[in-house]
Amino acid sequence: MDVTSHNNNHKTNGIHLNGHTNGFKTHKNGHVNGVNGKNGKNGSHKKDWRDDFHESFEETPLVVAIFTYISYIIIVLIGYIRDYLRYLGIDRDQTLHEPIIEGFVPLYQSWENFYKRNMYNRVGDCCNRPIGTMAGPTMDVLDWKAEHFGKSLELTGDRIPAMNFGSYNYLGFSENNGLCAATAIETLCNTSIGVSSSRQEMGYLQIHQELDKLTAEFLGVDDAITFPMGFGTNSMNLPCFMEPGCLLLSDELNHASLVLGSRLTGATIKVFKHNNMEDLEKKLKNAIVEGQPKTHRPWRKILIVVEGIYSMEGSIVRLPEILRLKKKYKVYVYLDEAHSIGALGPHGRGVTDYFGINPKEVDILMGTFSKSFGAAGGYIGGSRSIINYLRTRSYTNVYSCSMSPPVTQQIITSMRIIMGRMCGNDGLRRIRQLAWNTRYVRRRLREFGFIVYGNKDSPVIPIIIYYPAKLATLERECLQAGLGIVIAGFPATTIIESRSRLCLSAGHTKEMLDKALDILIGIGTKLRLNYSRLPKTPEFREDDSILIRD
Amino acid sequence: METLPATWDMYDLFQSFLRTPTYHLIVEVCLVLLIIKLIFSKSYKPEKTVLSEKEKDELIAEWTPEPLVPDIPEDHPIIKLMEKNIVTGPPGKYINIRNKSCINMATMNFLGMISNKTIEEEAVRCIKKYGVGSCGPRGFYGTMDVHLELESHLAKFMNCEEAIIYSYGFATISSAIPAYSKRGDIIYCDEGVSFAIQKGLAASRSEIRFFKHNDTEDLERLLIEQQQKDKKNPKKAKVTRRFIVIEGLYLNYGDICPLPKIVELKWKYKVRIFMEESFSFGVLGSSGKGVTEYYGIDIDEIDLIAASLENAISSIGGFCVGKKYVIDHQRLSGLGYCFSASQPPLLAAAATQALGILEKDPGLVTQLKENCLRVHEGLNKIEGVQIVGLPFSPVKHIRLVEPSDDRDLDIQTLELVADRSIENGVACTVARYLEKEEKFLPPPSIRIAVNCQLNSTEIDRVVTVLNDSFNQVFSL
Repeated sequence: MDVTSHNNNHKTNGIHLNGHTNGFKTHKNGHVNGVNGKNGKNGSHKKDWRDDFHESFEETPLVVAIFTYISYIIIVLIGYIRDYLRYLGIDRDQTLHEPIIEGFVPLYQSWENFYKRNMYNRVGDCCNRPIGTMAGPTMDVLDWKAEHFGKSLELTGDRIPAMNFGSYNYLGFSENNGLCAATAIETLCNTSIGVSSSRQEMGYLQIHQELDKLTAEFLGVDDAITFPMGFGTNSMNLPCFMEPGCLLLSDELNHASLVLGSRLTGATIKVFKHNNMEDLEKKLKNAIVEGQPKTHRPWRKILIVVEGIYSMEGSIVRLPEILRLKKKYKVYVYLDEAHSIGALGPHGRGVTDYFGINPKEVDILMGTFSKSFGAAGGYIGGSRSIINYLRTRSYTNVYSCSMSPPVTQQIITSMRIIMGRMCGNDGLRRIRQLAWNTRYVRRRLREFGFIVYGNKDSPVIPIIIYYPAKLATLERECLQAGLGIVIAGFPATTIIESRSRLCLSAGHTKEMLDKALDILIGIGTKLRLNYSRLPKTPEFREDDSILIRD
Repeated sequence: METLPATWDMYDLFQSFLRTPTYHLIVEVCLVLLIIKLIFSKSYKPEKTVLSEKEKDELIAEWTPEPLVPDIPEDHPIIKLMEKNIVTGPPGKYINIRNKSCINMATMNFLGMISNKTIEEEAVRCIKKYGVGSCGPRGFYGTMDVHLELESHLAKFMNCEEAIIYSYGFATISSAIPAYSKRGDIIYCDEGVSFAIQKGLAASRSEIRFFKHNDTEDLERLLIEQQQKDKKNPKKAKVTRRFIVIEGLYLNYGDICPLPKIVELKWKYKVRIFMEESFSFGVLGSSGKGVTEYYGIDIDEIDLIAASLENAISSIGGFCVGKKYVIDHQRLSGLGYCFSASQPPLLAAAATQALGILEKDPGLVTQLKENCLRVHEGLNKIEGVQIVGLPFSPVKHIRLVEPSDDRDLDIQTLELVADRSIENGVACTVARYLEKEEKFLPPPSIRIAVNCQLNSTEIDRVVTVLNDSFNQVFSL
């Protein structure tokens, strides 16, 4: 059965990659229950980063795969039948369709419409659920119902209180009281909400300069520049670095913003298998040896584009290996830390901190403020020449509005807290709590037998569900029981690997985690989601993270 | 509705299959087998040169990449200028730069929404309820009731079925275009469009045909050209979507698109219209609804209107409005919508509040128009420069009447003027462009943005200061 590429990858190199292989080889390193502090802070005798790098992936059981395909076939067939009934006027489901305007080419392809009408809309209520409170550890979900024969979802006015395991509130800075909110309000009153000008024109505020400097300090790099939108940081700055004649090596699971940014560069793009360093090295070597296609001229420059934590897989980039390749082949590295900044490493400084690597070794460090910092926007950190270049060349700096001052202040305050410059050791407490929560939930999920993807230290936890019907049921049942999770199916994942995802937060208490796990395990038993054939005891424990009590 | 599968054709085929003589079948089977053999047999391949590992290593060792970025000196003029003109305090009608309070003619705060107390109170209330960030994209609990409120308010204000909001103005149109127009489709685009649209065009990978700025005859010429091509290849024409992409009020020229004529062409040649109204929304028409209101055109004639909330509304974000079947598509296909964290709730609430103010007080729009006319009249008196843009446009470009051949020299001159006027208490800026990236680079200019709150004394002062600055620089 053709599953994801990780499986193929790990099958070939399962043994020497030590432990983070998937499937049944996971425990080959003889390292069960080892006490591993992050980047070996408790175990100085371990030199190799691989010893403490545990990632799990599993091959889809054949029977499950077959039945999942069958369920999609049934959905498509029912879709055709309903379309026919609609055509005859028997089915009054008015799910949106495109009106035909004489002479105009239809705006959408028929398959696009079919998918939306007959597949997406049936689970439409499970996606995009609105909330009526802040996206903190708990929230009120606004209930809605399909009205007008499926044409639209209307709010019923009911509120469902739920624990929030869907927002990227890793360090719990989505708060409406406390220092962050107070300083943001103060800045708002002293400055303004909008800026209405770009940095190069008349929109460079003192607070922006302050944020740039603080970000550089936090990251441990020479200089940094910040932007008002995380997505735009990738899509609008990648084109500044690469041009035609350059080569981009991109992980196959890179985020849409990186894909868009890469396309806008005009450079050649080659995709390597997810987190598979052998595939990357092979492609890299071939690229340099063969040069550009047709002309065979040498490449002008080569950039490897990777993410810190992959939000759909929960895997962590093999950064030490990437940096080895960088040195060996003289290529540049662009690291997107959207999900890992704040959430990884003993000081919350991301993947480099996690592996104990000097951040200056990575050429371009990118990340967002919308997740761990509870704000919005993104940054790029690197050497002075890179940042100065961006100051003159970045699209955002020249053409578009600069960051809103209260949002900027939220980042400054939360960053200071993480750095321990404000609120004592509250920052450290949050980092440790998140690390503990992550391993605790991952261990408990594994013990029940869920197929859980990703690295043991990734606070993004995908649980593989496979069947589309189970996926929607899980979401609806969990919400009714008071647990808000998110689900992702085709086309966001491969057709069979539909998954739900938990995002942990330092704001979750042990009681909340237990309650959430009870709900998940209860529904998981009912829906028979314990597919995993991995040993039930994982190779890690949560005790390594020493909690700080108030 | 899709056409039904042609089942009767299949039946006929089956019938004719039964009726065929046996020898016929045998010959056909042989032919099929032969074709299969041809497909799978190895074709002739010239011998490849195989490099040894050692040669490969040598090639790798030899390869020296270019530096990641060109060397930018620390004292690059733009960087120096940014540091020099750093803003302290709110960038409202007056702006604080170089420890001096200047009349602000640079920020696009047309309706004076920056530092509006009602809006600020609403935003503070919002932070106290929702915090600052939304911590997720719209699909993953990033949709709050304030976002839905803003969407329905925008749709109501613009008399459209549906509105969708983005968290950033630049991402709005540049995500909206590629959501509809794909490889193989054709986009007719005005040469004067701003940079965000150009990036949207690039991301769509469609065939782009530029027509001369505001020249509908040139547009029609292109449309006729395509019509003739379509006649030759009607099959392809049936699946090729076509769009006209225009701006309502052009940022780079300060003029308005000839919408009535373009709508006429839309129906004549069956092309959809996408219009970007970032600088006309809240500015044109009696109540600020934009170019459609200005011309009195039914908004349903335009397939999609996109605008940013960063200018007249002075929040951060953008939106698209149109028919529900058009707009809803972006909720699954608009990259900047699906994959980006949603707009911070305080910015959505601020935008809703600003929209409410505009709705209650259309006098703001009239006031803005009067100020624009007055500024235009005043600036026209300055000698040696040309004011580009319509008299009632809040965006005006001051260009040199006799530019030199050297663009850099002209920019230096204008830079000097801007510097002098800041020293004398009027903040203005040279319009910045990425010169190598712009498709059709506009000539250098000082760009003036008019605020509706300016009174006549302030406008007179602006004109005097700019006049003096130009005279001083010209006499150097």
